[in-house]
Parts: sequence; structure tokens; C-alpha cells
Amino acid sequence: MEYLKKYPKLFQWLFLLIVFFALCFAIDVPETYKFIRGQAEFVKDPNQSVYFFLGKEVRYYAFDVFWRLPPLLGWLPIWINDSLFFLMNEWMPMEFWNEDTQEFKTRPLLLEISRNLTSFMTFLIELIREILLGGLETIVAFTSWDFIDAYPWLELPGLPWTIVAAGAAILSYKLSGKGLALFAGLTMIYISIFGQWKPSMQTLSFILVAAPLSFIFGLGLGIAAYKSKRVEKALYPILLVMQTMPQYAVLVPALVLFGVGDHAAVIITMVVAVPPMILLTILGLRAIPPEVIEAGRMSGCTNWQLMFKVLIPTARRDILIGVNQVIMVCFSMAVISAFIGAKGLGFNLLLALNQLNIGLALEAGLCISLIAILLDKMSLAWANKQTDYFGNLTFFQRNKNVIFFAASFVIGIILAYVGTFIFKGSFNYLFEIPHNKGISTADFWNKGVDWIFDTFFVYIKAFNTWLIQDVLQPMRALYLRMPAVATLVLAVGAGYLIGGFRSALVVAALTLFIALSPWWDRALVTLYMATFGVVISCLIGFTVGTLCFQNKKSAAFMLGVCDIFQTFPSFVYLIPVMMLFGITDTSVLIAVIVYATIPATRYTIEGLRSVPVGLHEAATMSGVNKFQRLTKIEFPLAFPHMMLGLNQTIVFALFMVIIGAFIGTEDLGQYILKALSDKNGAGIGLTLGICVAFIGLIFDNLIRTWVGKRKKHLGIA
Amino acid sequence: MSETVIKCESVYKIFGENAKKMLEESNGNVDAKTFQERGCIVGVNNASFEVAKGEMLVVMGLSGSGKSTLLRCISRLTDATGGKIFIEGQDLLELNNKELIELRRNKMGMVFQSFALLPHKTVVENIAFPLQIKGTNTEESISRAMEMVKLVGLDGRENYFPRELSGGQQQRVGIARSLAVEPDIWFLDEPFSALDPLIRKEMQDEFLRLQEKLQKTIMFITHDFDEALKLADRIAIMKDGIIEQLDTPANIVLNPATEYVRKFTEEVPREKVLIIEDVMDASSKDNLGDLKVSKDEIIENVAEKILTQEKLVGVIDSNNNIVGSIKPSKIIDTVFGGRKNGS
Repeated sequence: MEYLKKYPKLFQWLFLLIVFFALCFAIDVPETYKFIRGQAEFVKDPNQSVYFFLGKEVRYYAFDVFWRLPPLLGWLPIWINDSLFFLMNEWMPMEFWNEDTQEFKTRPLLLEISRNLTSFMTFLIELIREILLGGLETIVAFTSWDFIDAYPWLELPGLPWTIVAAGAAILSYKLSGKGLALFAGLTMIYISIFGQWKPSMQTLSFILVAAPLSFIFGLGLGIAAYKSKRVEKALYPILLVMQTMPQYAVLVPALVLFGVGDHAAVIITMVVAVPPMILLTILGLRAIPPEVIEAGRMSGCTNWQLMFKVLIPTARRDILIGVNQVIMVCFSMAVISAFIGAKGLGFNLLLALNQLNIGLALEAGLCISLIAILLDKMSLAWANKQTDYFGNLTFFQRNKNVIFFAASFVIGIILAYVGTFIFKGSFNYLFEIPHNKGISTADFWNKGVDWIFDTFFVYIKAFNTWLIQDVLQPMRALYLRMPAVATLVLAVGAGYLIGGFRSALVVAALTLFIALSPWWDRALVTLYMATFGVVISCLIGFTVGTLCFQNKKSAAFMLGVCDIFQTFPSFVYLIPVMMLFGITDTSVLIAVIVYATIPATRYTIEGLRSVPVGLHEAATMSGVNKFQRLTKIEFPLAFPHMMLGLNQTIVFALFMVIIGAFIGTEDLGQYILKALSDKNGAGIGLTLGICVAFIGLIFDNLIRTWVGKRKKHLGIA
Repeated sequence: MSETVIKCESVYKIFGENAKKMLEESNGNVDAKTFQERGCIVGVNNASFEVAKGEMLVVMGLSGSGKSTLLRCISRLTDATGGKIFIEGQDLLELNNKELIELRRNKMGMVFQSFALLPHKTVVENIAFPLQIKGTNTEESISRAMEMVKLVGLDGRENYFPRELSGGQQQRVGIARSLAVEPDIWFLDEPFSALDPLIRKEMQDEFLRLQEKLQKTIMFITHDFDEALKLADRIAIMKDGIIEQLDTPANIVLNPATEYVRKFTEEVPREKVLIIEDVMDASSKDNLGDLKVSKDEIIENVAEKILTQEKLVGVIDSNNNIVGSIKPSKIIDTVFGGRKNGS
């Protein structure tokens, strides 16, 4: 009884767990239940039940409602599909002037908008692509094919790779200094001589279109949200869902709305890249000291002047960090968009992985990683760069970067011209090294992989078998054995104990959505894989983080490593694991663990670092030893921040599990992948994406609420 | 009496929803406690006063007393909930946005506690900012800004960025910026509170020097009573949004109106604050001794001389006319007496 009074929360939690397990044991598995058959697979089967809603037929396997809830939301994907179809093909037909046939044609409004949007995007992408690589589509867009036949010299020649490389190095030098300039130059040379120039420039042109557009929209919406509470309230739920939605899931509706190709990918990339920009804009504007705003007002600024002369320049750093985020999101989308036919490095990577050509995949992956690091470092350097005063410099000093670039431009062209004489008859290596005509180490890597397989096959296989049979399968079975009601009680109970009534309500709504969708079982599988990954990631991350924290240098080094690994698009992680473990669940899980360990480690170090110096000194003067200091002072204070790390770990793990579908899993991700090749997939893909997002949001809500309370309690909010 | 520049008539600022309605219902009888129970916080409670041209009114109060809120009502950075504010006879609350901007561009300057400089602009660009906002061309605004740089003694640092300056230097920039448009009215919101004591004293002296030259109409906010005494023509002491007393420094020290004000005056070294005129007896001009002192002398400077006298000491004005007298014992009484009354 005394304990009950002392630790009421503990007993409440115990009680919740007892109820949960009691429910699990009380509710038996129905005899007809079989996982793979699932509940609503849209195949006709006489054993299925049927209901109609809004004129849509939903078929499903009925079970006891305590075991699995009926998919009352089963009509949602079908309904989304039909609505999209209706909007695109039937809604608001209007007369539009057709340039080619010189007559009016009737077309639905949305279809026309989508067509115009896509052709505009295509034009932009082609324009930048042709500046970098050469071509004639842009000229044709303004004139005609006949015109280009008459004047063939008008074709854009494209920039020699030497000029682009020099440009990248000079820009890096201006932003950061010699180190980054060297890195930029070497990266470009590597890309070029390994024959990845063309796909790299295609990817780059994709980013050069998507990132500025995302920046403009994000900044605009961010400003609107800063100025109007109503806009912010309207945007907030969308921002929240987009943060936990796997990037991959938004590709599916894009397919329906905008078709296949770069243009569709650019538009959908903006949908993903705009939210972080909005968030950082709001954050940056909010962080401006109120006195600076007042100073602007007292100087007699109009609203317009206040925004563009005072607020935005003052929030410069946060806004540029937003740009960094936008660029990184655009880059990872550029890679993933290969699934809907975007050209570039991602496409090559996907192709290589599909052919199981690990060597080629590794080369493309390395290219992707290098470019990712370069883009990240450059945009961060831009954000951190402080304005300097140039007034007292000479003309040469002020413009030396421009002069250097002009010089390298001329030299590059001369080199390319000279190249035409050196490499007569073959490829002009000083102009552009064609794809697959550079140096390739693919064979070496392939042989290496073969050697690893031949040599260690027995061990890898034994490990695989053990992991799958003795760990993964039982764990999966346990998750699937949970009756829906028990899971709901656990989730809602946890919500209530952590955040009270409000949290319980939010969690209940999110969980119910998943439970009432046709994919509850798949969600459980996703959850089991994510849980497995998260637990191990956290164990590794917390340990490594704590160990590295003991020494300032190792902590800084580890954070640097985390920075670098975080810039890689998640897809890249699949390459080495496929190389070592082949196509199994083990591969996916290992990729999940590697990826999700990054935030776990980072937040552990950051959390421990944030413990105030004064407390350290106070502890030292009380005569604690290192271990006592860690357990009594640092951990309790750093714990809330480490829990935020857990939150990130969960999101990262979910993302990776979903992408793991590419290797072959049985979870929600697999269905998203299927939806990509299904012409009626838009509704399914979107609903699945929301399901994944909601799993993330359930944990997000619980953890954030807890952290908020805990930080308030500790007085470090 | 010179002309009135700022005039407040029972100004109220109440934060919270329904503040306006509650204020109307209360008929001007605002009680902070009852308002707080209903979710409103009273910032300024029935403030009425006038500031004459060229006068420096210092508003003194501890944090949360509503002094900054009062200043923001008068500069209309926030809108007052009730009452009337006149700037040179113009009803401030009636101005539309455009007129308000005009007023700020030409008539008002403000200095902030945390300097509030624009981090992306150099010293001279910061100072030129209000001019450029107004539409002055670059060349003219920069040359004007350079004059201001010289005025506040930052020559040679005009191309520094705020991050490269010390606190005192940053506030010099803040002061220069607020003066760039040659405003008639100068608002200073705890301008020296974020500075070290030594720098603060230096800046106060510098500020007095500037004011002697410029003769602006000033509202100066501070939480430091000594600073208020040193700078003010008149001091308004605020507590919980109410102006407890508004008077000259000498009168506040000699005749604190409320218990709250008296607490501030207790520790004040009167001999350093008061001048002879404050304590002399203007009615008796006879039976004077040989010693004459000027009425504008600070007591501390002449106390020793007066105390060695046995007769009354004559007090003279700048034209050597006798305007009153002072008893040596009065000095002792002023410096040591009157403090323990009631405590």
C-alpha cells in the first residue's frame, strides 16, 4: 500500500499491462484466421463478407470484432481513386485552345491544369538539363523542329564537365574555403571519370528546379502562417503528417495526377520539400527578438519593408537552414523518384539493384553519397556564412570569384576544343565522358561480393536462418497474435497515462484509423520490424553516444559521422546490406538498424552535452566519480532529449522499413510498392502512406507529450 | 510654460480577451486583482501626465510595473485599451496606419534595451536604415549617418558589424540610429540596463552631454532609481501599472508620496542629489553671514563650508541676487534627518 502511494504511476502502468495481457489471453485466434490472406485484398472469395458504402463495394474476411475490427474504412481508397478519376477526367469540362490542331477542344479543367503544369515543369527541367548537358528541346519549344533542321548550330552544346567542376569548386571556396573547394573539385572529377556525369547532371538539374520552387512556396506559406494564426492552424496538421509520411508513399498519387517522369517527380518533390521550409521559416521568424521588430516599426517601416528589410534578413540563418533541408529532401526525392521514372542517379541505382549488379549499384551509390555530402556542406556553409564588408576592397578582390570562373570557363572551352583533336574518332573526354565509358570498378566489387558469398556463405546463411527462425518469426507471430482490442487498450491507456484525456483521444483516433483500414495486419508487421530495429538502434546509439561523450574530440567526431550519414538518401543504405546478406528480411532490418542508429547516437551526445556546465562543476565539487556523475546527473537531465532521439529513431526506422519493401517484405511498404504499378493504386497508396504516418504520429504524440512534461518538471523547458 | 508635446489622459492598457469590454464596465475603476481573476492582466492603469517640449521625463519602476508598456502605448507599438494620447496636439489613437508611419519616420526615435540592431547591416548602414526606409537616397543617408557616427564617437568603426562591437558601442549605434531622422521626441527603453556599471556611467554622462546639445523631448524608462535621479527633469514612479508619484527628483526625495516611493528614497545619498535651492528658506533673507552660495550648487559640494558657519548662509542666483537663506543645521537635518520617520 505504501508503495502504491509512493509510485502511483508505476502501478497505473502495471495495471494497464495486466489488462493488456489479460485481453491477449482471453481472446482466441479465430480458426479461419490466416495472415497472408489478410482481410481485404480485393480478390473475390466466397468466404468474404461484403458491405456497401457510398456505392462502393468492400469485401473482407469477417472476424470477431475483438480480434480484428472490420475494415469500415475499406471504401476510402476506392473512393479516393474514383474521386481522383472523376476530378481528372470528368469534372468541369471547358473549352481550351489547342495550339497543334488550331481549334478549341473540350477538356476537364483539372486535366488541363495538370497538363500545363507538367509541360511547364518539363520545360524548366529540360532547360537546365540542356545548359548542363546540351540538347535542342528548349530551342524547339520556342520555335519548331523545322527551324532546328534549318539551323542545326543552334543546338545547345552543353557545358564541358571541367567548367562545371571548376564552378563547383569556386562556389565552395566562396562559401566556405579551401577544404570544401578541394572536396567539391575531387567529387566532380570522380563523377566524371567514373562515367556518372550524365545521370549526375540529370539529378542536379532536377534539384535546381525543385529546390528553388520549394523554397519560394515554403517561404511564402511560412510567412503567411507567421502572419495569420488561421493559416497556421490550417497548415499545422498537414505539416505534422508530412513529416512522418514516408516520401515513397506520396509518389503514388503523383502518378495519377501528373503521369510518369521527371515533371511528376518535381511536383511531388515540392509537396515533400515545402513542409520543412515552412516550419523553419516560422521558427526563424518567431525567434527574432521582439525589440528588433519594434525597432523596425519605430523606423517607420511599412509592413512590406518590415518583412523584407528587417524580418527576413534577421532570420537569415534559420531560413537558409530551411534551404539546406529543402535541398536534402529534394535530393533524396530525386533518387526515390526513380520509381516513377525520373532520370538520373536514382534510376541507374534502381536498375543496378534490379539486376543485382552490386558493383554498379555501389558506384552509383557512392556518387549519390558524395553529391549529398557536397550539397549539404555547401548549403550549410551558406547558412553559416556571415556578411563581410567589401567597400574597401579593390575591384579585383571584390570580383575575384567571378573572374576566376570566367577564366575557367574560357579554359574549359579551349580544353574541350583541343580535346576534339586529341580524341579523334572516339569520345572527347575533355568535354563529357559518356555513361559507362569511364573507369568502372563494378567488376571488382561484383567479384568481391561473389568472393564474400563463396567464402562466408555458410556463416551468413546460418546467421540468417537463426535470426529469422528464432528471433524474427516468433516476434512477428507475437505481434500478430495481439487482438485489435488489446492493442487499442494499450495505446489509448498509454496515451491517457502520459498526456491525459487529450492525448488519449488523439492516440485513439490515430490507432482507430489504422485498425479500421484494411491493412491492420500489415501495419502490425511494419510495427514489428520497426520495433526490432528501434530497440537495437537505441541500444547501440545510446551506448556509442555515451562512450563517445566521455571525450570531447570523439564526441565531435561522432557528431560529424552522424551528419555525413544522415545526408545519404535512405535508399543508398540498401546497397551494402544486399551485398552482404542478399534478399532477405535480415538485410532490411540491418539497413533499418544502421539508419536509425544515427538519430539515437546524435541525440544521446547532444542531450549529454546540454547538461549545464554549472551542474558539472557542482557535481565535481561534491566529489562524484565519473560513473556517479553519469548516472546521477547527466542521464536524468539528458533523458528527455534522448527520448526525442527515440522519436526520431522511430521515424527513421519506419521510413527504412517502408523502403525495405524494395528488397521484399510483407508490410505496408510492400503494398505501397504494389500500388505504384497499379493503375488504381492512388487511393491505396495514399491511405497506406497515411497509415504509416499515423504509426509515427502515435509515438510522436506520446513521446513529445512526455518530454514536454518532463522538461517542465526538470525546469529545462 | 512651454508647449506640451506628449499628453496622456487616463491611459489604460489591459491584456487579455474582453479587455475593452471589462474596462468599459468598470467605469475607470480598475482593480488589478479582480481583472486578473477574470483572465486579464493590467499593464497600465489610469496614467495621466504631460511632457513639455525639451523636458526629460524618466519613468521608473521595477520589472512588471508597466513602464515599458506605457512607453509602447505612447509610441503606439501596442494600442492602448482606453484613454487618449496626444502627440503635439494630434490624437495618436485616431491616426491611420499611413499617418502613423509618417509620424514615426519624422517625429519619433527609439532606443532599446537589447540594442535591436540589424545583424546584417554595418554600423553606418544600421544608422542610415530609418533614412533609407523613409526614401532618402543612399548617398545622402550615408553622409547623414556618418555625421551621427561622429556624434556618438564611433568614427573608424563605421564599417563594423554589430557582432564585432561591445555592448556600449552597440548602444551608441542604437542611439545614433534613433537620432538619424532628427526626431523631436525621443523614447529610450532602459537603454543602459544591459551594460556594465562603469560603461553605464560613461554612457549616462555622454547622454546628458547629447541632450544638452539636442534638447529633445524625452521619455526615458529605467528600473534604476539612481539613474532616474541623475538624468531626470521629472520622475514618474510606477507600480502595478499605476503612477505612484510624478514629480521632480528633489521633491520625490524630500516628500515621497507613498510608502512604496519612500522605500526607494531611503538609501539615496541626499547630499548628492539635492541642490541648495531645494532646501533653502526663501522667506528669510535677513541676518545673513558673509558666506554666499549659489542656489544651483549640489549640497555635497558646499556642505563643509556651510557647516562651519554660525549665521545664516545667503543663497544667490546666477545674477548674484539673494533669493533665500539656509541654516547650517538644515544641512544636517537634510542629510541625516527624516529617514527614520515611520520606519
